[in-house]
Amino acid sequence: MNGEAILFFLFAGICLGGAVLVVTMRNPMYSALSLLATFLSMAALFFLQHAEFLGVVQIFVYGGGIMVLFLFVIMLVNLQNLQETRLFLSQARWAWLLIVGMASLVIVLFLGLSFEPPLSNPAAFEMVEGESLGNTQAVAWVLYREYLLPFEIASVFLLVAMIGAVVLGRRT
Amino acid sequence: MEITTAHYLTLSFMLFSIGLIGIVTRRNMIIVLMSIELLLNSVNLNLIAFSHQLSDLTGQVFAIFTICVAAGEAAVGLGILLALYRLRHTTEVDQVTDMRG
Repeated sequence: MNGEAILFFLFAGICLGGAVLVVTMRNPMYSALSLLATFLSMAALFFLQHAEFLGVVQIFVYGGGIMVLFLFVIMLVNLQNLQETRLFLSQARWAWLLIVGMASLVIVLFLGLSFEPPLSNPAAFEMVEGESLGNTQAVAWVLYREYLLPFEIASVFLLVAMIGAVVLGRRT
Repeated sequence: MEITTAHYLTLSFMLFSIGLIGIVTRRNMIIVLMSIELLLNSVNLNLIAFSHQLSDLTGQVFAIFTICVAAGEAAVGLGILLALYRLRHTTEVDQVTDMRG
């Protein structure tokens, strides 16, 4: 069991445990904190796959942005009677059955897959035209050249989302 | 033990199904929105795993866009939740059954 396997199983366990807690906890504040744990262990898994820039972006955007948003909304919504409310919808049992059945079928299929060993030398994710500058520079090189149009569209999308959120949050 | 891409895909699918259960099952709207974020994260893990398998940075760039869209959608979704809460004073999905108001 080499180091990579230990780290993978550790962070995968935290991910899955956090995800299950998100879905099953009664208090939404506890769910939000479990989700934060899931996000951070996801970032660690990204680092294991040589996606360093994305790991840091995950921590900033998800952990530092989206989680703060969720915590603010949970505080504003200010739920009472947390002990007496039902947690799950009335058709929850069917959903559990169907999804767990489908998931176990697909997981058995996935574990039977055999991939070739990854083509990467890890340096491939840091190369910018022959010299090794780092993952951020390599991602930027690809992002601003081949994917410039989606980048601009994403900027407009964020602007529209910001305007929408401000309009929805007004008190009139 | 060798950790291959198949391990990451399996983990990604498990997270996807847990998020799906959360969306379909829970009554609290906030938990539903959190489960949507879980779904999008599992997709990102899938993209990164294949990017590593194929030594191509395209997967990582696509994951950046997924994170971007997830952030925008979380903001708007929470805005809708707040507006709905002000109107109906409840965050349960089965209390919001008619389109009045």
